Amino acid sequence: MMKRLIIILALVAIALGFFPLAMRISGDSGLTALATHYVEAGAEELGAANLVTSVVVSYRGLDTLGEVMVLFTATTGVTALLVSGKSRSHKKEQESEHDSVGRREGSELLATGAAFLFPILILFGIYIFLNGHLTPGGGFQGGVVLASAFLLLLFSDCRLELNHALLKRAEAISGAAYVAVGLLGLWLAGGFLDPRFLPAGEFGQLFSAGAIPIIYILIGIKVGSELTGIVDAMRRCS
Amino acid sequence: MTQIVLAIGFLLVCMGFWGLMTRREVFRMIIGFSLLDTGVHVIMVGIGYVRAGTAPIFDEALAVAGAVGKVVDPVPSALVLTAIVIGLAVTALMLSFAIRLHASRGSLAVDDMKELKW
Repeated sequence: MMKRLIIILALVAIALGFFPLAMRISGDSGLTALATHYVEAGAEELGAANLVTSVVVSYRGLDTLGEVMVLFTATTGVTALLVSGKSRSHKKEQESEHDSVGRREGSELLATGAAFLFPILILFGIYIFLNGHLTPGGGFQGGVVLASAFLLLLFSDCRLELNHALLKRAEAISGAAYVAVGLLGLWLAGGFLDPRFLPAGEFGQLFSAGAIPIIYILIGIKVGSELTGIVDAMRRCS
Repeated sequence: MTQIVLAIGFLLVCMGFWGLMTRREVFRMIIGFSLLDTGVHVIMVGIGYVRAGTAPIFDEALAVAGAVGKVVDPVPSALVLTAIVIGLAVTALMLSFAIRLHASRGSLAVDDMKELKW
């Protein structure tokens, strides 16, 4: 009872701290000075039609690199916790155990649906991160769609083994290439992760906005392979 | 409109905190964390809203000149965009901790974890 009271008091304290903050926000305040600069000069400076992409990839590019790093660390943690803790012989024992439990095959409907949807989902994911600088979308969203395609495939066939070496390599190469593109920006253009070392191209076209599409492709591959790794690690441990 | 979004986000945050503090099972605490996470995302998007603003993407409908005042703030949107994926990865990490806990002691209840008490 006492405990519950303390929890309620803590929640009320959080609410009281937060409420005045929230009430001061309204849609009428307009853009901040920083956002105004991004909106006014962003299109001319970077040539990307999608301003959110300009902010994610270029203006706040270092933050994004940090977030990719967090994602990598989380993936490493999941894999370390779930996969490498088991010895091989132990794993084999478990596999036979699984067979006795009888892991059910995916139904006909699921298998056919997955086989039909898998290429479409892969295509859609690639479309999303290729057009990240023109339309709503980008590397993170595209990567998640790619991972969902593999998730569907793993659902439909429980004996499927993904090529882990390929996954690891895709992740490592795209991560290293992301940093390399950032360094190229440092040498050839204004600073780290500056995408303007490539020609800006025609505004609103696929080949535009300097290196932004390249960075988003790399992020898409990295996020896709990492999330596929997480899904696969969770499946292998269960 | 902004107030409604902020209120929903705030409600989600409070529900998340409530779940984190009252539930005694690791899995339910993770659900609480997810609610908290979603609430923070909703609030951040709500902060960036400008009345009658559209998405900050230039096309035929939105010219570069005179776009200020017609678009929402791109910075919170950009932050939330990455934060959603990070939230997903962190939730996956917490779930794998839960899986290991369950494998090693057959229970997810916090009360069974005596080592944490003093």
